[in-house]
Amino acid sequence: MASKTVAKDIITLRGSAAIASEFFGYAANSILYNRGVYPEESFGKVKKYGLPMLLTQDEAVKTFIANLTAQLSEWLEAGKLQRVVLVIMSKSTNEVLERWNFSIETDNEVVETGVSREKSDKEIMREIQAIMRQIASSITYLPCLDEPCVFDVLAYTDKDVDAPITWTESDPKLISNPQMVKLHSFDTKIHKVDTLVSYKNDDDDDDE
Amino acid sequence: MNPRSAFQEIGLTRKSSKENLDRFIPNRSAMDFDYAHYMLTEKKGKENPASSSPSKEAYQKQLREVFNMNRTRILAFKNKPPTPVEFMPQEYASVQQSKPVKPRRHIPQTSERTLDAPDLLDDYYLNLLDWGSSNVLAIALGTTVYLWDASTGSTSELVTVDDDKGPVTSVNWAPDGRHIAVGLNDSEVQLWDSASNKQLRTLKGAHRARVGSLAWNNHILTTGSMDGKIVNNDVRIRDHVVETYRGHQQEVCGLKWSASGQQLASGGNDNILHIWDRSMASSNSATQYLHRLEDHTAAVKALAWCPFQGNLLASGGGGGDRCIKFWNTHTGACLNSVDTGSQVCSLMWSKNERELLSSHGFTENQLTLWKYPSMVKMAELTGHTSRVLFMAQSPDGCTVASAAGDETLRFWNVFGTPEVAKPAPKAAPEPFAHVNRIR
Repeated sequence: MASKTVAKDIITLRGSAAIASEFFGYAANSILYNRGVYPEESFGKVKKYGLPMLLTQDEAVKTFIANLTAQLSEWLEAGKLQRVVLVIMSKSTNEVLERWNFSIETDNEVVETGVSREKSDKEIMREIQAIMRQIASSITYLPCLDEPCVFDVLAYTDKDVDAPITWTESDPKLISNPQMVKLHSFDTKIHKVDTLVSYKNDDDDDDE
Repeated sequence: MNPRSAFQEIGLTRKSSKENLDRFIPNRSAMDFDYAHYMLTEKKGKENPASSSPSKEAYQKQLREVFNMNRTRILAFKNKPPTPVEFMPQEYASVQQSKPVKPRRHIPQTSERTLDAPDLLDDYYLNLLDWGSSNVLAIALGTTVYLWDASTGSTSELVTVDDDKGPVTSVNWAPDGRHIAVGLNDSEVQLWDSASNKQLRTLKGAHRARVGSLAWNNHILTTGSMDGKIVNNDVRIRDHVVETYRGHQQEVCGLKWSASGQQLASGGNDNILHIWDRSMASSNSATQYLHRLEDHTAAVKALAWCPFQGNLLASGGGGGDRCIKFWNTHTGACLNSVDTGSQVCSLMWSKNERELLSSHGFTENQLTLWKYPSMVKMAELTGHTSRVLFMAQSPDGCTVASAAGDETLRFWNVFGTPEVAKPAPKAAPEPFAHVNRIR
């Protein structure tokens, strides 16, 4: 009860799940914009995490991401989400070209007992901001996507999760022998999210 | 040893393998190639630690996480996000900018030359015309295969088969332009050397009904039959049946290998189009098709692989369907469908332009030239007075021969002459090369 006085630094499971799922929504939008999966003009600017962020204005994409974050939030609260992967595939061949991998470590004590943790909002936002900056600058090293692309999102959950009717089992859509770049992490003290992008290695020099 | 009995034995073992239905069909998409790779490379790394790099370690760490599959489900939305709309296809933009506007090509509306083809069977399901790489046209008329040398205009008879074996139901040149396969009504296939006019061998026992479709893939001769079976025959070896593709319930009338030799498209009288993958084939069990496409509502005979885009196949349906459909054979997706208004007997891509030629039956018995991908009609070529059953393209890609139920063979100058000495577009384009330079 004493903790009420410093309410700002207290983070609950529900709050942490909300921060993390919101992060996935913004991250997905940012990747789709920066990687040119959808045309530039279909995005609109908003201010978030102390940065100008771009959000899709396309109703269908918007709905897809909204449904996604709603479901992710539910799984995060149950502590059953292990990983979220956004894959970018060639539209014509379905070959996976890029794989944005967000792995999640959940503090199980919080899920089981319902205790809360301490971390300031500000600090979390700063960590997320660093990731968003890295996503925006990723275009400098990622190979050009010079063909029309589509994306899909995979959720890695615990085995005992009931898959909602709108979801279906998927293969991992891996890239063989990819290049990888690890980005920053953020930690709410309940959910720790590591970000890593892997992409198709297009220079075929054998390093064996 | 009597070769006939040997082939009969093959027939028997085949039969029993067909009954063995408890076979395991691996699902490639569910296979963990990366897991296998991880397991292999991990070992190598231990033996040879110098070869591991930080990025590799990171990859292996990720794999270790990924393959902790026992406690993980991978889920994805059933409803996929919308595919982005392309306002201006990139290919087009660059093609239009890099090439000066080409003068409009004149497409002659009449045939350049007409030859008689007496006794040509008016049978939709057969494939009786082929133009080989050595510029010799082969056509089967009744029980006889004739060769017409397009360079000299001379005609010769290759073979006349016995009445109890014939009529000839299919002809197909091997890629070398010298050897030719002849499918017969009695289920046999003969291989001939056109240079010496000698028969090399007879393939027996693969089928139980007439062989109406043939397709070469290097030393493999693929045969499609009225018995619904497709057989890969290795013509070099004695026991020539190496693979059998089962999937059609009725006569296989369309059969084409992709340019890469990886995928085979087969069409049947059961209105089904199958895509088979060579890498999925195995000799000891029946092969599973890669895709089974059931969109056509009539027999699928006309098949053509796109020469400029891998995985793109055009297929045409018979009289009840009348549609040309385009497929991504990698995914099995139907990309486009165009109702032509009449039976599609054959299809052919231009080797030089993004154009497709189709031949048709009732009512116009025409050849139609389409622009791809817009599918705008560029020309309608009329002259035949019965359905245009077969088409064949000259090795240089300019001339098309068509044979119709009116027992004529016509030659059309439809695809134009190829551009000579194209500047090599392979070299990586300079950045901003498409922008007009100011000097």
